[in-house]
Amino acid sequence: MADTSVKDPVEFFVTEDPHHHDGGDHEEHHHETGTMLGFWIYLMSDCLIFGILFATYAVLGQNYAAGPAPSDLFELDMILVSTFMLLFSSITYGFAVLRMDRNDLKGTLVWLMVTGGFGLAFLYLEYAEFSHLIHLGATPQASAFLSSFFFLVGTHGMHVLGGSIWLVVLLIQLSQRGLTHENKRRVMCLSLFWHFLDLIWIGVFSLVYLTGVLL
Amino acid sequence: MSDHAKGGHGSLKSYVVGFVLSVILTVIPFWVVMGEPFDSKGLAVAVIFILGGTQMMVHIHYFLHVTIKAEEGWQAMSIGLTILLLVIIMSGSIWVMFNLQENMMPAHEQIERVRNLP
Repeated sequence: MADTSVKDPVEFFVTEDPHHHDGGDHEEHHHETGTMLGFWIYLMSDCLIFGILFATYAVLGQNYAAGPAPSDLFELDMILVSTFMLLFSSITYGFAVLRMDRNDLKGTLVWLMVTGGFGLAFLYLEYAEFSHLIHLGATPQASAFLSSFFFLVGTHGMHVLGGSIWLVVLLIQLSQRGLTHENKRRVMCLSLFWHFLDLIWIGVFSLVYLTGVLL
Repeated sequence: MSDHAKGGHGSLKSYVVGFVLSVILTVIPFWVVMGEPFDSKGLAVAVIFILGGTQMMVHIHYFLHVTIKAEEGWQAMSIGLTILLLVIIMSGSIWVMFNLQENMMPAHEQIERVRNLP
């Protein structure tokens, strides 16, 4: 790193892939520096949003207001199933990226569709859970615990929904244009987003569901 | 295209290793709650959070492929800053709000007190 900074002046914008001129094989992961890093920083700010929602839940999660408590409401078997839906979708997305690296368009499309299937299964399970809770009268208005619960888990669900819509758009782009440079970049951005959502879900099931049912 | 497409995207082995580790680290905390192997709830909560944290590290390493060198260190630096901010926000709000709750009499105790007045 030190020798390149001596040769080149510091640039604050990316005009081209800055690694093209120095061999390009001494280091890994330097594609599309600007977009990928920018998307990464977006994810980090998203992470802060979720951090604040987690803190809110941690503070308010015990205030049941004489309403139902987590152990009355949550069904851990279904949560385990939806956890595995997200986990499966993570690894199938990984397979899609590996097929993309081999320039296998059909394989990429198939694995992305499998990923979308698992994502939709997760969304359906979450929808079923929410409508069951609301049917029981455990609405967001019932207590501070339920407000923070619906806000945290709902925000995660909205992200998964957004990711799924993005996935559909990406499938259309891929089938129209093939594995172009831009499409590969898009696939990698959504890959980061998708794995990031799985990461957030680990926090959700640890803090909200498991600890909630336990205490 | 092909030379740089290998490194940062991981390999089949890294995805499978990450997946297997994630499955193990998911099943154990669910078993801790559903199977109730521990008598102490504090121990169970500690196990859940330690394994959850470990699984997050597994995801960051095997799925998100964060390395010290990626993007000339900016990726690692931004995740470090995010974690620092998260620790401040979360520990700070839990600490402050816990003390607030401890020092304020809860509403239902006040109601009980009024009810039991002679």
